[in-house]
Amino acid sequence: MLTTPFIVLYSFLYLGLLFAIAYWGDRRADRNRSVVASPTVYALSLAVYCTAWTFYGSVGRAAATGAGFLPIYLGPTLIAALWGTLLLKMVRVSKSQRITSIADFIASRYGKSQRLGGVVAVIAVIGVVPYIALQLKAIARSFTILQSGPEVQTDTLLTTMPVLQDTALYVALVLAAFTILFGTRHLDASERHEGMVAAIAFESIVKLLAFIAVGVFATYFLHDGFADLFNKAERAGYLNPLVGEGMGGYENWFALTLLAALAVMVLPRQFQVAVVENSDEDHLRRAVWMFPLYLFLINIFVIPIALAGQLSFAGTGVDADTFVLTLPMAHDQAMLSLFAFIGGLSAATGMVIVETIALSTMVSNNLVMPFLLRRWKRLPPDADLGQLVLRIRRGAIIVILLLGYLYFRFASGAYALVSIGLISFAAVAQFAPAMIIGLYWRGGTHRGAMAGLLMGFGVWAYTLLLPSFAKSGWLPMDFLLYGPFGIELLRPQALFGLDGMNEITHCLFWSMTFNIGGYLFLSLWRPPNVHEATQATLFVDALKHERPIGIRLWRGKAEIKQLLGLAERFLGNARARRAFTAFAARRDVQVPEDLPADAETVHFAETLLAGAIGSASARVMVASVTAEETLGLDEVLHILDEASQIRAYSHELEQKSRELEAATAELKTANEQLKEIDRMKDDFMSSVTHELRTPLASIRAFSEILYDDPKVALDERRRFLGIIVDETNRLSRLVNQVLDLAKIESGHVQWRDDAVDLGVLIEQALAVTEQLISEKGVRLERALPENPCVVTGDTDRLMQVLVNLLSNAVKYAPDRDGRIGVTLSRSKDRYRISVRDNGPGIAPADLESIFEKFRQASGGEDKPIGTGLGLPISRRIVEHLGGRIWVESVERKGATFIFELPAGREGD
Amino acid sequence: MSKKVLVVDDEPNIVLSVEFLMKRAGHEVVTAGDGEEALRVLAETKPDLMILDVMMPRKNGFEVCTDVRANPETADLPILMLSAKGREAEREKGLALGANAYITKPFSTHELVARVDELLRGVIHT
Repeated sequence: MLTTPFIVLYSFLYLGLLFAIAYWGDRRADRNRSVVASPTVYALSLAVYCTAWTFYGSVGRAAATGAGFLPIYLGPTLIAALWGTLLLKMVRVSKSQRITSIADFIASRYGKSQRLGGVVAVIAVIGVVPYIALQLKAIARSFTILQSGPEVQTDTLLTTMPVLQDTALYVALVLAAFTILFGTRHLDASERHEGMVAAIAFESIVKLLAFIAVGVFATYFLHDGFADLFNKAERAGYLNPLVGEGMGGYENWFALTLLAALAVMVLPRQFQVAVVENSDEDHLRRAVWMFPLYLFLINIFVIPIALAGQLSFAGTGVDADTFVLTLPMAHDQAMLSLFAFIGGLSAATGMVIVETIALSTMVSNNLVMPFLLRRWKRLPPDADLGQLVLRIRRGAIIVILLLGYLYFRFASGAYALVSIGLISFAAVAQFAPAMIIGLYWRGGTHRGAMAGLLMGFGVWAYTLLLPSFAKSGWLPMDFLLYGPFGIELLRPQALFGLDGMNEITHCLFWSMTFNIGGYLFLSLWRPPNVHEATQATLFVDALKHERPIGIRLWRGKAEIKQLLGLAERFLGNARARRAFTAFAARRDVQVPEDLPADAETVHFAETLLAGAIGSASARVMVASVTAEETLGLDEVLHILDEASQIRAYSHELEQKSRELEAATAELKTANEQLKEIDRMKDDFMSSVTHELRTPLASIRAFSEILYDDPKVALDERRRFLGIIVDETNRLSRLVNQVLDLAKIESGHVQWRDDAVDLGVLIEQALAVTEQLISEKGVRLERALPENPCVVTGDTDRLMQVLVNLLSNAVKYAPDRDGRIGVTLSRSKDRYRISVRDNGPGIAPADLESIFEKFRQASGGEDKPIGTGLGLPISRRIVEHLGGRIWVESVERKGATFIFELPAGREGD
Repeated sequence: MSKKVLVVDDEPNIVLSVEFLMKRAGHEVVTAGDGEEALRVLAETKPDLMILDVMMPRKNGFEVCTDVRANPETADLPILMLSAKGREAEREKGLALGANAYITKPFSTHELVARVDELLRGVIHT
């Protein structure tokens, strides 16, 4: 129908277009005008989840099992609801630690363990290579079908074709070239690939449109809409099996949903686009609904295409896995067929490119780099290490794609398309416990994570991988049917007698049991060491801090020149200098050379390197130039190498002493806090005594005068007695306030929960202070709303606050032309009350301190402005009611005291 | 022999009581309500003795005392500190800065009058 050169031409045109988009995206990124800094692009790039397996395989699965294709999309849809916290936490942690792969994430969480990172990388490669093979197969197969027609027997054709005529090989090579061009253009600390993300987002649109186009063709052109199609299918007997036994039981449905939910979080390519390539945490908010929407759209026509395919191809032996392509072909729709082919190509290439980049980062950072670092006695003197890392990545890309090709070549005939995808999902799902539990539980250790991963992976291999080999004829079937050595209990697909589940559910059940069990058991066996505890804190508490923070227990000597030199060797001079200069500017230092070589700088250098070579290797590299100068790289490595018992022991001692130092530092801080509290108590006592002594002095002096001298004139006698009465009142007021404050502070106050109408309360407070106001002759201005403004709180305490503020205002208003004002207003969910006067105002330095107990205006030995306790009491009352109080003032123009209270339910 | 006494305190009632006591003892009285006013009144009226509060706005008693001692014209002026700061360290600070006597509030009127008398007669030279 379509000639080979025509198909090849269009394939290359399409790939060329991708190249152009990616190139354009990278150019824009270089000029700081990023195209991928958009929440929609981010959400679309997540749709790399939908591979050729979705594009072709969903229809195949629907034809075989009806709604059985749905859990693969249901799982991600459900877990997307949790992204606002779970994925956000992963993104936040990864940004602050410059984590660039899942291997790095897990290694970093458990004390930057190199071994753990290596194990994760190996599992990822083993788990994902077959999945890549699946994509290559999809491309080659769809190409062959498009060349030769729907009925061609692709499986036999593909595996018998000579290697050099094999489409899949060339596809693998072209994809390797593309991946190398845009995945390893330069070594970046953040390891983001904007051009690639732009191309992936574009591919997501293409595959969605292509699938919908075929769906619309099948539903509306071949038939008269959904109702007609379903009626015909029912008459032909295709419909009932789809909703009946095909779904395979509740536990299988549940297991597949769970598996897909985990996979969308832990598949290397999903981690790459969702976490590593994320440019803005806010983008998550759109992805939370847009990604599920995408999945919904791409699933609408799965069943219609499956039914239309069965109706069209009844009895012809055309594989349901190819309906998306063969259906338009069978009806002579050349352009639509080509579009479907391009859609499948999109789905497959997108997956292969992102997955290969993610895997190559892991292979280079978590396998090859640690190996090289152990091999070299020290760094080779003049090598450009950045180029070396890039070469390792490029090599890894080629090897991974060739492995994928080999797997395809030898195994592609063995399973249905869908099985490989699920086997792959189950392999990477083993990362989930170490990743997700480690984000919420501090107790996890690298021993626990390692045990969980190895056991889970072992069970996966035994219950899923080996049986698949057996089914391919590479292992004797006896092993599968009767167990190894005839031991029934160890039958791979009915382990310990657990029978009656499908193989995926069975594998998921046992692998997760062993994985989580091993993780928890070994984690609880020994407490985390100091590195693990530090990293645990950074991960678990990631969302508690607005900005990422780097705590680190690091002591030792470092030279800034060496740190900078190290960074330059991996990132290149310009890039490293730029990063260091920016860091220096944040610390108010002119040039990087003047940076203090302290823990913060060392930590910065380490995270910078972590972006290029992984956190575990970065830690080793930085340690080699920082620790005590006598320690060379090899020695550092040896210390880290726990194979040697003695060295492991000294390592432990070192850790113990570090823990001791940390504990000492903690004690010291606690002690200083106690001292500070003690000093504050002393200050308070001394202030209280001072405040008591002053009125007492007047009382005593005038009492003695009157007592000693009976001849004091009558009017003076009356005046002095008046003073004694006033000062006594002042004294008792003070005593009451001190007691009141003490009561509030100790929490012994009974707070009532009245519904208080603030407008009414203000009127009452004005009535109480009316005499003060009229005595002084100040003018009162009020702006109170008509509607009731109800808050929940203690009427008497709120009254106390208002009377205090009003009497202060009257007191500080000038004698002539004195004005005070009261306003009540509502802003959003809070009420705001302000009391202003046109008195002398408050110096900027004192705006906060006047709310402290007896805090003198200028902090010295001058007199306090007010009685010293009214405002501190008011503040405690307002804060207890969930509000806040503050003062705004222009000196010599007056002061405005403002407090806000949350509006009660009645006010809403 | 009538002497002139400067009473410095920001509490009007304290000023009033001390003023009354000094007048009854036969002295002339001038008053000031804060540290800066005290220095001004001091320069204008040249009193024979100063009764000085410590905690005051605009220059506290310690600062006033330091300024007075630093000025050759007033370096020998007897100063009696009358303070609500009762700690030993504060008394020592006052005396170290050149106060001739330090009385804590609340004070005995008899002691105040007696100390003023002694200072004016030149009995205490600390």
